[in-house]
Amino acid sequence: MTDFAIELAGISKRFGAVQANRDVTMHIAKGSIHGIIGENGAGKSTLMSILYGYYQADGGSIRVNGQEVRIRNSQEAIRLGIGMVHQHFMLVDTFTVLENIVLGAEGGLLLKQGMEQARAHLLQLNRDYSLEVDPDALVGELGVGLQQRVEILKALYRGADVLILDEPTAVLTPQEADHLFCILRALREQGKTVILITHKLREVMDITDAVTVMRAGTVVGNVRTAEVDKEKLADLMVGRKVSLKVDKAERLPGAAVLEVRDLNLTDARGVKLLDGLNFQVRAGEIVGIAGVSGNGQSELLEVLAGMVEPSSGEVRYHDQDLLLEKSSQPRAALYRQKGIAHVPEDRSREGLVKSFPMFENAILGYHNDKTISRRGLFSRQALLARTRDFIRQFDIRPDNAQLRVGLLSGGNQQKVVLAREIHANPDLLLIGQPTRGVDIGAIEFIHRRLVELRDAGKAILLVSVELEEILALSDRILVMAGGQISGEVAAKEADTLSLGLLMGGHKQ
Amino acid sequence: MEQWLSLLDSTIRVATPLVLAALAGMFSERSGVVDIGLEGKMLVAAFASGAAAFVTHSPWLGLLAGVMAAVSMAMVHAFVSVTYNGNQLISGMAINTIASGITPVLALAWFQQGGNTPQLDDDSRFHDITLPFADALSNVPVIGQLYSKLLSGHSVLVYLTIIIIPLVSWVVYRSRFGLRLRAVGENPHAADTAGVSVARVRYIALFWGGVLCGMAGTFLSVYQTGSFIKEMTAGKGFLALAALIFGKWRPLPAVSGCLLFAFADALQIRLEGVDLPVIGQIPSQAIQVIPYVLTVLLLAGFVGRAVAPKAIGVPFVKSR
Repeated sequence: MTDFAIELAGISKRFGAVQANRDVTMHIAKGSIHGIIGENGAGKSTLMSILYGYYQADGGSIRVNGQEVRIRNSQEAIRLGIGMVHQHFMLVDTFTVLENIVLGAEGGLLLKQGMEQARAHLLQLNRDYSLEVDPDALVGELGVGLQQRVEILKALYRGADVLILDEPTAVLTPQEADHLFCILRALREQGKTVILITHKLREVMDITDAVTVMRAGTVVGNVRTAEVDKEKLADLMVGRKVSLKVDKAERLPGAAVLEVRDLNLTDARGVKLLDGLNFQVRAGEIVGIAGVSGNGQSELLEVLAGMVEPSSGEVRYHDQDLLLEKSSQPRAALYRQKGIAHVPEDRSREGLVKSFPMFENAILGYHNDKTISRRGLFSRQALLARTRDFIRQFDIRPDNAQLRVGLLSGGNQQKVVLAREIHANPDLLLIGQPTRGVDIGAIEFIHRRLVELRDAGKAILLVSVELEEILALSDRILVMAGGQISGEVAAKEADTLSLGLLMGGHKQ
Repeated sequence: MEQWLSLLDSTIRVATPLVLAALAGMFSERSGVVDIGLEGKMLVAAFASGAAAFVTHSPWLGLLAGVMAAVSMAMVHAFVSVTYNGNQLISGMAINTIASGITPVLALAWFQQGGNTPQLDDDSRFHDITLPFADALSNVPVIGQLYSKLLSGHSVLVYLTIIIIPLVSWVVYRSRFGLRLRAVGENPHAADTAGVSVARVRYIALFWGGVLCGMAGTFLSVYQTGSFIKEMTAGKGFLALAALIFGKWRPLPAVSGCLLFAFADALQIRLEGVDLPVIGQIPSQAIQVIPYVLTVLLLAGFVGRAVAPKAIGVPFVKSR
């Protein structure tokens, strides 16, 4: 028989009413890089969690190197030579790289001896795969790219032959991602098997030998990468034709709605989070802010939405400096009143109260609106009527205005926030990560609405870590790195390579 | 010189139970479990050891009973907060409340002495030990005096504590258990994926915390006063907790925090009724408040930002 590192047969897993995996079968060849691709919620992560022992499958069998096994917990998975690099790194920030690596595999009651051996082994692995990780560095002080390599080292140190990477490039710049791929190729050359979970087609095409496409918990295709192309994979993934391109007509922008001048924000430790920002957003244009997460985009949104006070600078809105405005109400409420709407990056923490029903969420931040209250009290009828409007206009499902918002899917939650903010008819829309955790159908919908808004002459500032989204929507693209704007590109001339360089902090 | 030596000598006496309790708190809090029940654990240990020493006429059996009582309370805390993911503050508070309620009740029921245990006779108590050559060296200036007046003449529990301090520090920073302890308190998910059982580490940490609290309580009743007295811990558990935070959850700095508090306490006893130049006599109420004012000042101002173990107080629930 052919050498398979992992064989999954008929794996099923149900959580309550949700069938996360249904009869999943796949074979992963030894010494290959195998991609598992699918939309959010397609069951990729659940499947890998079963393989790594977090969950027990309800049915089906797992073979590792031809042997049928039961994997009851992650220790057993490690013993079988399976290692996992989680999307959210499982590292102790206050430990050194070395301490993180030996944790759980210390090799004795005392640390000293094990640490020495680990150091030697680590340096060897460092050389073999050119990982360039300093064993004595504090993990909390390393960048995400390096932290990820520490995770890889951790798995290799434990003797992993099969390495599972869950969305490894979500937090990386394109250059860091390329470096990661070099490492993965080196691993393959040494005979390791790599399983790459992703929803990015480019990565699958670039690096994998074979791909399993998942949709709604089932396998919809097992193909050799060489025999397919991006479009074919996208079709399989979504189950219908989709265009990532958004149709939008050329349009001449109007006057500046927002102008930021020399904006600075320094935190309590003296770190510059925003460093001398200057830019404009004009009526009828979408300005996209690209960048790896954590480079000041979130802080910029918070400052512009009035949630955080900048250290210095000017925020001019319709040619008036907002920071000089005096008001008894909180800044964020004032800005709202003036027509600045904000769809926050983290909708579950800042955009919604998940335990509230949809109709209460539909007025958060606009609760002083006279049209929904009668004699100082909310009119339930008016609230429900407005929410039903939202449901109709934004195709929110299920169409029950009294449902707790936490029970909606990510996409529908986002539609509630977006509907609320657009309803106020703002002149400026600040929107962060509009499609994070949103299914593809809803992404198309949200993108269309944003372009409609732009065509209606609104100014939109879009922050996203998804380059494809930035490229599809923006008229102009600003790239942020280390709290500064490292470059500006017109959307027509932008490509991932040039943006990637800017995201890495190379100035124009 | 004499005065200073006796001041430092009482500092050591006062500091010992604080140090033991602070190290106990360090184990549990470093593992990510808030431990405001130090006070209650000390109190039950003080009662159990006082009672057992009285009945058996053996300070050592008293110590054993004290340790067992404190450990059983610690295990209740572990059961609530580790096994059942309960609220650690409430569990700790419950331990304190139960301890201050149950000890006088049992004492009254068993000994009929108004909620205290009977005074221990000489055989049933821990005594001061004179170290070898202490008498001979007492005339040697400085070193001899330090040895015979300061180091010599303490209970065996003090000497145990002096050994335990570096031992704990070594365990935390140099042993496998210590690495896992710190990892579990900082990022239990990382420890879990690395194959470390978070619950097991937390149980062990709380167990050793119980042992140390047991020693601290025993010190109070079987050594210091020679009987259990209602509410005899009088906030020492919380003072120890403050010292732990002052020491930023590190063993040696926490110990020095305890020494500082103990010094303030010893100073307070010394200052009472003494005429100071210029100021004259300070009212005793004002003096008694010194250690507490010191606590507030230190914690509020001088420590800087105390960074607690990141996972402290958060029950560990396996994600995904």
